[in-house]
Amino acid sequence: MSGLSAAEANPMRQADGTQVPEAKFNSTIISSSPYHGLWALTNRELKKWYKNPVILLISLIQPVLWLGLFGKAMNFGAIFTEGGLNIPGLNIPKEVINQLGSMLMLNVFGTSDYFSFLAVGMLSFIIIFTAMFSGMSIVWDRRLGTLNKVMSTPVARGSIVISKILSSVIRSLVQAAIILVLAVLLGMNTSSMTALGVVGAFTSLALLSFGFSAVFLMLALRSTNQNTQMAIVNLLNLPLLFGSNALFPANLMPEWLQAFVRVNPISYATDIGRQLLLGAQGMGTLAFDFAFLTAFAAVSSTVGILLSWRFLTK
Amino acid sequence: MGQLGLELQKPGKISLIGMVMKMVYANGNGGKSIIMEIRDLKKVFNGTVVAVDGVTFDVYEGEIFGFLGPNGAGKTTTISVLTTLLRPTSGTATVCGFDLLKAPNEVRKRIGVVPQEYTADEDLTGYENIIFCADLYGIPRRISRERADELLKLVELESAKDRKVDTYSGGMRRRLELACGLINHPRILFLDEPTLGLDVQTRAAVWKYIRRLREEYGMTLFLTTHYLEEADSLCDRIAIIDRGKIVKIGSPKELKDSLGGDVIELGVQEENDDLAPLISTVKHVKEVRRTAPSEYRIKSEVGEVTAPMIIDALRSKGYRVSKISLTRPTLDQVYLELTGRSIREENGDRMQAMRQRMIMRRARG
Repeated sequence: MSGLSAAEANPMRQADGTQVPEAKFNSTIISSSPYHGLWALTNRELKKWYKNPVILLISLIQPVLWLGLFGKAMNFGAIFTEGGLNIPGLNIPKEVINQLGSMLMLNVFGTSDYFSFLAVGMLSFIIIFTAMFSGMSIVWDRRLGTLNKVMSTPVARGSIVISKILSSVIRSLVQAAIILVLAVLLGMNTSSMTALGVVGAFTSLALLSFGFSAVFLMLALRSTNQNTQMAIVNLLNLPLLFGSNALFPANLMPEWLQAFVRVNPISYATDIGRQLLLGAQGMGTLAFDFAFLTAFAAVSSTVGILLSWRFLTK
Repeated sequence: MGQLGLELQKPGKISLIGMVMKMVYANGNGGKSIIMEIRDLKKVFNGTVVAVDGVTFDVYEGEIFGFLGPNGAGKTTTISVLTTLLRPTSGTATVCGFDLLKAPNEVRKRIGVVPQEYTADEDLTGYENIIFCADLYGIPRRISRERADELLKLVELESAKDRKVDTYSGGMRRRLELACGLINHPRILFLDEPTLGLDVQTRAAVWKYIRRLREEYGMTLFLTTHYLEEADSLCDRIAIIDRGKIVKIGSPKELKDSLGGDVIELGVQEENDDLAPLISTVKHVKEVRRTAPSEYRIKSEVGEVTAPMIIDALRSKGYRVSKISLTRPTLDQVYLELTGRSIREENGDRMQAMRQRMIMRRARG
């Protein structure tokens, strides 16, 4: 009897005074899956992007300009053919010059026209540019308090980081697809393009995007200032781009630059793209290229997620 | 709390509210259970900056508990620790029966947070923002839709729910934050400066919603504020925090009573006689001081009752009262007494910071 009355007086309350009855709260409603918020977080980033087509268009302008100006204006093919190779006094037949020219192009660029060569490079270019800004949104989220808001919910800390990377990967792949379509419309060589080749090329781009998004997210985590992030992006984008085979083949570069090109993941994604989309000769085997990119994506995302996880649970 | 109960039991110090408080709290927490237990909580940043310096307090289920203090007193840091955003340097805290450090996720499931900033996504609609919050708790869409409608109705944003948040006014955004913080039907809702930067009318509206929340959901509310009138009218109990330490905890009434009650200032026409001995014989009068030949300053716990009695006592002896005023103690005076500073002096830079934040948001958009 006395036991009953004690229980009535203080339902569920234990001797240590910590347990309290759960009034309106119903814990069964809340998912216990560790990934429950991942898609919500990713979708939030994506919504901002696809609901604002102006930003999407602006982000496409630059690679398209590069394609048009570089790819069309720097007509390497023309240099070695009719107009370019004209030695006074020597009467070399036109066919010979043209043959020589296309041999030269094939040896230097691995494909017979520079525009196609550059188009594949531009796919990597847009991936890198999108990845570089993957960190920006976390800087904003922190400054505006959204990050704290999200962190006060039971969403996994890893999901917060992975959602940023994932949204960046999805965004950059869509942009790369648009660039590819535009490049084909502008005259990219499609003679050796296959569906499987396109899938393979985009797999390599996804790996590249995953790795670089993680790297730049890592860099952004510590900075509370978006200007710092902008400065880092500006510091790194051109060296990364020119220190790869995206714009120019690596085998004609000086030794020291070649060494850098060979550790730059952009080179491997571009190499896969050229082999699969243009049927060009690559600088390495497809297997090695994919292995390198996979390793890069795995290492950088693991380090990125671990670091940011530690940082977020300060 | 036991300490407070003891203090209240002292004869002569019992006021009506004090009696109620005693009944509610003093009897070994009978009826009220502890929902949050904070013991010697400390947070030191970078090894040198002591933001929270060993605070100890309990929060009871169903009450509105206020943290009152100036800028930099450690209010936001305390809330950040209690909402699992920051790890305490030392000390322990139990929230909803779970240890902050051992089971942070269990704590997170049971609490709601309304941060100081406007955290809703401007590019999304109000409705989308609420559903986003629900997804972060893993609430199934079927339930979250229902709740979103219910909460939007509660904060009277139904008609604006499909508008982008960047078209919302400050008050609307604050209400949206409130709704987002409630999506998991939390047992404790943390509100960090819920009315910061709002005009007087909107502030009153937010208070109304906060009161309604307690009535409808029976939840515990923990809020920080530097508005004294807000703490006074809204909170059941207040902890005054200064430089990382709690200097006093009690109901607003208790805190004000600790100053010694209401102040009656009295002027008489006679200048020659010292009337202090006469006035001090009047019931409830605690202290009389002659501040000028014909002026007196009287302290009494029930000023509105004492004042007419003083007038009667003086008249019966033939003295004429020329003026009388009654001042009730305010929390500002309590604050001043406890910290040596007026809280109002501290408010300017806060508003500045808020404005800065608004400009930032514009810059982003």
